[in-house]
Amino acid sequence: MADSIQERGILPNSLPRPAGEKEQLLRIWSTPPGWRWITAVNNTVVGLLYLGAAFAFFVLAGLLALVMRTQLAVPENDLVGQDLYNQIFTVHGTTMMFLFAVPAMEALGVLLLPQMLAARDLPFPRLSAFAVWAYIIGGGVFFSTVFYGLAPKGGWFMYPPLTLTEYSPGDNADFWLLGIGFIEISAIAGAIEIIVGILRTRPPGMSLDKLPVFGWSMLVFAGMIVLAFPAVILATMFLEIERSFGWPFFTASLGGDPLLWQHLFWFFGHPEVYIIFLPAAGLVSMIVPTMAQTPLVGYRLIVVALIATGFFSFGLWVHHMFATGIPALSTAFFSAASMAVAVPSGIQVFAWIATIASAKERFRLTTPSLFVLGMLFIFTVGGLTGVMVAMVPFDWQAHDTYFIVAHLHYVLIGGMVFPLFATFYYWAPMISTRRLSERLGKWSFWLIFIGFNVSFMPMHVSGLLGMPRRVWTYSEASGWGPYNLVSTLGAYLIGIGVVVFIIDLVRNFRVGPCGEPNPWQAGTLEWLPTDLYSTRSIPHVTSREPLWTQPDLPEEVDAGRHYLPNAPTGARETIVTSVIDAKPQYVIQMPGNGWGHLLAAVFTAACFLLLTIKVVVPALICGVLAIACCLVWVWELDKGPGKGPVPIGAGITLPVYVTGPTGHGWWAMVILMLVAGSLYLAYLFSYFYLWTVSPKVWPASAQSLPDLEWPALSASLFIAGAALFALAQKTLAAPGRKPFWTPLLIGSGALSTACAVGVAIGCHWQAGLRPTASSYGALVYMDGVLTGQLVFAVLIMSLFVIARHFTGKLDRVRSATLENTNLLVYYAVAQGLVGLLLIHGFPRWLL
Amino acid sequence: MKTVSRRWPKLILAIALITAVAGCSGEQSALAGFGPVASRITLLTWIMFAAAVLITVFMGLLTGLAIAGPAGWRRRLAGEKSVMWGGVVFPVATLSVLLFYGFSILNAGERLARAENPVHIAVVGEQWWWRVIYLHGDGRTTESANEVRIPTGRPVEIELTTADVIHSFWLPTYAGKVDMIPGRTNRLHFAVDKPGIVRGQCAEYCGGAHALMAFYAVAMAPADYDAWLAKEKADAQPAARKAGERLFLVSGCGGCHTVRGTSADGKVGPDLTHVGGRVSLGAGILPNTPDSFAQWIGRHQKLKPDNLMLPFDFFSESELHDLSAYLKGLE
Repeated sequence: MADSIQERGILPNSLPRPAGEKEQLLRIWSTPPGWRWITAVNNTVVGLLYLGAAFAFFVLAGLLALVMRTQLAVPENDLVGQDLYNQIFTVHGTTMMFLFAVPAMEALGVLLLPQMLAARDLPFPRLSAFAVWAYIIGGGVFFSTVFYGLAPKGGWFMYPPLTLTEYSPGDNADFWLLGIGFIEISAIAGAIEIIVGILRTRPPGMSLDKLPVFGWSMLVFAGMIVLAFPAVILATMFLEIERSFGWPFFTASLGGDPLLWQHLFWFFGHPEVYIIFLPAAGLVSMIVPTMAQTPLVGYRLIVVALIATGFFSFGLWVHHMFATGIPALSTAFFSAASMAVAVPSGIQVFAWIATIASAKERFRLTTPSLFVLGMLFIFTVGGLTGVMVAMVPFDWQAHDTYFIVAHLHYVLIGGMVFPLFATFYYWAPMISTRRLSERLGKWSFWLIFIGFNVSFMPMHVSGLLGMPRRVWTYSEASGWGPYNLVSTLGAYLIGIGVVVFIIDLVRNFRVGPCGEPNPWQAGTLEWLPTDLYSTRSIPHVTSREPLWTQPDLPEEVDAGRHYLPNAPTGARETIVTSVIDAKPQYVIQMPGNGWGHLLAAVFTAACFLLLTIKVVVPALICGVLAIACCLVWVWELDKGPGKGPVPIGAGITLPVYVTGPTGHGWWAMVILMLVAGSLYLAYLFSYFYLWTVSPKVWPASAQSLPDLEWPALSASLFIAGAALFALAQKTLAAPGRKPFWTPLLIGSGALSTACAVGVAIGCHWQAGLRPTASSYGALVYMDGVLTGQLVFAVLIMSLFVIARHFTGKLDRVRSATLENTNLLVYYAVAQGLVGLLLIHGFPRWLL
Repeated sequence: MKTVSRRWPKLILAIALITAVAGCSGEQSALAGFGPVASRITLLTWIMFAAAVLITVFMGLLTGLAIAGPAGWRRRLAGEKSVMWGGVVFPVATLSVLLFYGFSILNAGERLARAENPVHIAVVGEQWWWRVIYLHGDGRTTESANEVRIPTGRPVEIELTTADVIHSFWLPTYAGKVDMIPGRTNRLHFAVDKPGIVRGQCAEYCGGAHALMAFYAVAMAPADYDAWLAKEKADAQPAARKAGERLFLVSGCGGCHTVRGTSADGKVGPDLTHVGGRVSLGAGILPNTPDSFAQWIGRHQKLKPDNLMLPFDFFSESELHDLSAYLKGLE
């Protein structure tokens, strides 16, 4: 219907627009004045805060790099002592990876995606705001430890047993685990937001094959976070539990294995590199066509390459472990896989070159272009050295030397930092009243580009001359001195380049409506005229570069002639469209600014921090407060169908409330279940891995296992719990009625699953098994911990849903809260049953 | 700390060195590549390095042509066809060749691992030094520290384990590196064809003094090696002057260190039976001179922070002199 209207040249809404429409939009989307802006959730405010914080961490970690380079400038230097140096390189690596690279990309997702999709906001604005505040507080505390000597010093990879209490007493390592645990949660929250945002809030007509490449790259990015981060979450849980309670996951003498950490860490850590690189590649794929004024060559090839990179990247992790003495056959496999990943990168590089070559006139050499070209050179070199280290015999020499330091900085600075600077210069006019200076930008580019190569090129040589990584000093006789001095000078050049950029930022960056709406003559929607509410109306899209193929679009959109030019429910809203072909489905009612998510972030941070320094009671109080704040925050989310349906133009009337697989909440819950599933898969991997390493600590016979009655009882309780929740949903009453059985069914369902976990754990305790005795015991109890935390969430959500029932906010129509709770219940029960089968079945029937 | 100005000539030299890559002669250089294992890797390194330079230049040229080349060239580069050739066909072809070359090197390494009659040496990584145990054919062993001596012309098998955290035994000039991991025994195989002294270092970050955990490898002609090993197996020669030995024993040094032939039989620290004959002290960080002994005993926490030796800063000058003379005499 909408398409035929477009074809006839009729726009969805007619002129003149009613008076006061725009003012209402402005009022609804306004940011609170003064210091109360911290309660804001609008994606431009939150995204900018996110990006600013990430950039601040980049500068801070960069300063640490300069301290290290100064220390290494000459042999036998004593500027920074051994202990501080070890802290500095740990914090530098951790900050750059966890507090800068991933958050910066998520920040760009939050900031740019809604604009590229002409959505008013991402579907879960408070979730992104929560993620940002959690990240700023957790990251800030983590980084500050370097100032009072409490910083971790186990390296950003934190290999046990060096990081176990025996070799790392003190709270230093715990601060790493805390900080990273926090960032992991925040990254996953952001990933859920980004996936649902890309799949469900595209403008009408923007089918998946018209999605800007940055959207595709963020989709792969977020998908990879969902699959990869749980592995490191599990690893950090293992390590913290072993440090605090002595469950021996990594202690070889008790059946653990330090290599388990390395497998889990690199199963996350290698995809992490592509998690950082892919969005940056997506950004480059947006900038190059604009500067060439021609559509991207090989759009489909690039999308396939992005997905292929994501896929391959999960098969490479062992190439970080070639020197651990693993069997030759597996090194050969991972060597081949590591080379295969070069192909999708090659496709992208050649697609950019092809686009540059097909430029309408000539490729414009602006500051963003220069950073892109710099990226092409540096990333190519990094890719080539990557192929070198994928060769196992060469890696036996290069591994853990400065050659690797050079390689990884070529890949990450080339693949991510240069595109990021291109992004700053390219997209600044979207949110700033003034463009950044082309003159200062070019200075900044040449300083950073030359400085980078002067600094890191010699490291290839010093590494092959025998200089290992993570050394705070080296002898005069080694002959590495001159190379290091050159590297240090280069590092200072990079520093000056960054200072020039900051000067440019201070002089020219002013948040506000832009003087030039589309200064680069780009083709995508983020260059439509916008205000606080994003675009005045949501355009109907018919091509990949709508601004090039529909030249009148900016004017039409700004006049309010496309979809939803107003706020029919009187609050924040945007259009939700179907996953593949972007047909309008419903209008989502979104929450506005608030304190709940902000305080939830503060108390969550306080809880974790207090736990780290082992102040248990206040920590628990903060934990309770955090949960309470979360409940306050989500209480307003399910607004019900009361204000719908509403017209959005072109004769389309949409509901304002949906449940089931159409709803955005359902999607978020399903992705969260994927996260939990990845976590559990990582656990299953750990279980079988440790069994292959130390089968001797597994029970030799069924006699030492609890009797079969116990798992049978636990399984029955799990199944009963799921059935009770299902029944509760089936028997929801019509609106306005509050039958007594609804809370009764929900409550007893929750109790049943809680008892199921209790029985599952208790029977092992009664059988005499202790988690500290062996890795087997630790894994058995860990299964209980993983399912127990889900059941804990189920308990909280059940109380929440029961409260909704008593306040008349839960009925047959308004059932989203119970529906989402049930999804989690079914998942928890399924995981619980798999756990019972594993823990009781594997040693009983398969050993 | 040395002044920076003195280093400017060195800087210029360094730039010359980078272009000439003249660093091949360093005692810890992977580019020096002595012996069958390391030399194969060195050759691989140079081949890959040359290919990488060529490809980088080629990519630079293509980018230049794409930006400012003649219209014909730009047209040729502009289609999806160039993406398929450059991004798929070319990397798949070159990488396949490289991969099989890599496998052939791995295979050669496997053959060496199966070689007969190798020299057996066990090395145990400790925070932050190396326990070295020579395993003789008759089941007996001889312990030493921070130095591996090997005969030329025979395959060498080094058994790698750790006493605490993960370390990595890296001997760039003769072989690559292999990690030392709790609960596992790894093996490193190589052979050396001519006598020489090279340096190796711990490559896996192992906490505190990781930067100061090095060792020397001494390759000797077979006859020299046999003579040296016979001497190494034997107990320490009785001290010429007894003052140092007495001081060593009464100060409790024997609680941690062994000097075979005396009452010192501690197992915690390095075996010192023939410490005077080693190339270095403190795990590769000091030259082996009497003065180094005095330095180490008096201020080892300054020289190697966090090392696990107890403080012995109470000796007088003359006592240090006696001790140093005694230890240096343990050849």
